[in-house]
Amino acid sequence: MNIRTFRIGGVHPEENKLTHEVATKVAALPKQAIFPLSQHIGAPTKPVVQKGDKVKVGTMIAEAGGFVSAPIFSSVSGTVFKIDTAIDATGYRKPVIIINVEGDEWEESIDRSTKLELVKDHPELTPEEIVSRIKNAGVVGMGGACFPTFIKLTPPPTAKAECVIINAVECEPYITADYRLMMEHADEILVGLELLMKGAKVTRGYIGIETNKPAAIELLTKKAAEKFTNSDYQVEVVPLAQRYPQGGEKQLVDAVIRRQVPAPPAIPVNVGAIVQNVGTAFAVYEAVMKNKPLFERYTTVTGKKLANPGNFLVRMGTPMKDLIDACGGMPEGDNKLLAGGPMMGKALTSVEVPICKGTNSVTILSGDDARRKEPQPCIRCAKCVGACPMGLEPYLLAKLSDVKNWERAEREDIVSCIECGSCQFTCPAHRPLLDNIRQGKATVMGIIRNRNAKK
Amino acid sequence: MNFILIAVIVLGAIGLIAALVLYVASKKFAVYEDPRIAQVSELLPGANCGGCGFPGCGGMADALVKGADAGSLEGLNCPVGGAEVMGRVADLLGMAIANGEPKVAVVRCNGTCEHRPKIAEYAGLRTCAAMHSCGAGETACGFGCLGCGDCVKACQFDAIHMNPETGLPEVDDEKCTACGACVKNCPRNIIELRKKGPKNRRVYVSCVNKDKGAVSMKACKVSCIGCGKCEKECPFGAITVANNCSYIDFEKCRLCKKCVAVCPTKAIQAVNFPAPKPVEPKPAEQGKEEKA
Repeated sequence: MNIRTFRIGGVHPEENKLTHEVATKVAALPKQAIFPLSQHIGAPTKPVVQKGDKVKVGTMIAEAGGFVSAPIFSSVSGTVFKIDTAIDATGYRKPVIIINVEGDEWEESIDRSTKLELVKDHPELTPEEIVSRIKNAGVVGMGGACFPTFIKLTPPPTAKAECVIINAVECEPYITADYRLMMEHADEILVGLELLMKGAKVTRGYIGIETNKPAAIELLTKKAAEKFTNSDYQVEVVPLAQRYPQGGEKQLVDAVIRRQVPAPPAIPVNVGAIVQNVGTAFAVYEAVMKNKPLFERYTTVTGKKLANPGNFLVRMGTPMKDLIDACGGMPEGDNKLLAGGPMMGKALTSVEVPICKGTNSVTILSGDDARRKEPQPCIRCAKCVGACPMGLEPYLLAKLSDVKNWERAEREDIVSCIECGSCQFTCPAHRPLLDNIRQGKATVMGIIRNRNAKK
Repeated sequence: MNFILIAVIVLGAIGLIAALVLYVASKKFAVYEDPRIAQVSELLPGANCGGCGFPGCGGMADALVKGADAGSLEGLNCPVGGAEVMGRVADLLGMAIANGEPKVAVVRCNGTCEHRPKIAEYAGLRTCAAMHSCGAGETACGFGCLGCGDCVKACQFDAIHMNPETGLPEVDDEKCTACGACVKNCPRNIIELRKKGPKNRRVYVSCVNKDKGAVSMKACKVSCIGCGKCEKECPFGAITVANNCSYIDFEKCRLCKKCVAVCPTKAIQAVNFPAPKPVEPKPAEQGKEEKA
């Protein structure tokens, strides 16, 4: 087997995939569902419901607020309680729609059968029709960044898409939601991939999976061979060596098709690749074939001290507390609650934060795992330079950010940082490298935006 | 002997030629600089703090001279030197004294450990900017002071310090030059330059929380809840309530302190006023209390 990986940097954190073989459970309906108006990259949505309105499962409650935006659909049936503010995954109070749950009544337009729909049975699905259905269903990247999917499928005229790469790497420790999805819905994912390829007008597809998921590689290789042999499409399942951050778009493109994405503002499609998460492929299948907008997702709830960690099919808007309680409740003592995995997840201060479109995991770190070690002076070992998957010099960028030398930081390409945290993970002196770099990156990006706005 | 003579003559000749070249060059390529710029520069404090809005004192001096030529020094003010320095500069340039009421940095947060309980522990980089980007911080208030002292680091005049007991920064009125460095460096825009006031007496809302009253009260006992009582009470129309938070316009405020008395959460601060005289309870009131 030819095992590939990306060429520069990377680390290999302890996997801790505690919930690998735990079959997905359907999470109980919440009593009250909370929908932040901004669940994606781009303009926040505008509410289209008012206090007291009755909604069903799948009713649109907020419309797209701009071109880069995605509508939000209710995941529950009930009454709109109020449009207020609540703490979301940013850690701040943001505008939200709160719905009191009553029963579980779905919109009639949604096909709830489990019958597998195939693309060849639906000649009405032109590429334009596929993209428009994806757009109208509010599908965004499900890996965490939440970029609206339809925009990725319609690349700028300067770039030409050549292939679709399905990101089934799941390189973050602890998280197993994508793996469970692949094991339980492989056929739907492959139809989703076919829809994505048709929508993007390409014929080549890849599915990148790390070798710590041999069962998924085997299953998808078999099913892809059955499905795509003697078809117009060439689909290849690519086993990848275990290395973080392989799930980063640019790293995955490098690993799978051996092309390096240039520095920003270039995006993967500039080298011909459209990268979509495996969860997105499933959401695309449901949106296009079942007319089901995006309001459910697979989420892992995990932690070493958690009594029963598990994988859940959860309605968005469910507070994390409900899921944690379903896993045996918050462990005793001090815990660190993360939306996402331990490498890139965001620490939260409230368990009332709802599951959103991008919440692939709720991770609870306890005891020593939750704490940082005391930072020591830099010993100039350059381990961070070796670990950086973007070929940057993290020690230097951190220092430049610390002393606010923005010009130099820009010259040293601070905006290329993907904030994966490999530098900080590998630093033997436990220095807060990424904390500093993030500050610098945000400031430099602001400076660049201002400069471009003036032009 | 002969060698020494030759050396002296040769060196002397080189010196003369070089001097001639330098003289011609200095005349030919002379750049005229207004001598007043150098004079004004000397009067300025030379801290290069940038509080005036120019890159340094040189830039400010240049702007002052240009302003004088244009006929007005309006909008130019050295916050560090204050009225005294501006007066001397105006005298030198033969202009009327530019306006510049003394200002001082005011920290508009009173969320001490006692008023604002901690709900979480922050382990990352200890700067306010970093903590601000991670979320609300260690308390439930997403608007209040983070307590890492970015303002202290920004101050070049040693005028702002963290109080270890309250966890909040305190401004030294005497040292503060109102350069505005702390204002720029506070990621939450808590610090504001306000009029210094007679005898340093000031009244201000010590809270910038824009959450609804019930939410902000939960996070901090002394938060402004936007109830609007102060707005109604103010006889001078100096108070406005917007986004659940009250603001006192220091240009209109006459320091009557009526708002301080009505504020239900004690979010309005009156500083440097003499302590109120102890009021002796009237006999009639005493009687009432006894009955109750």
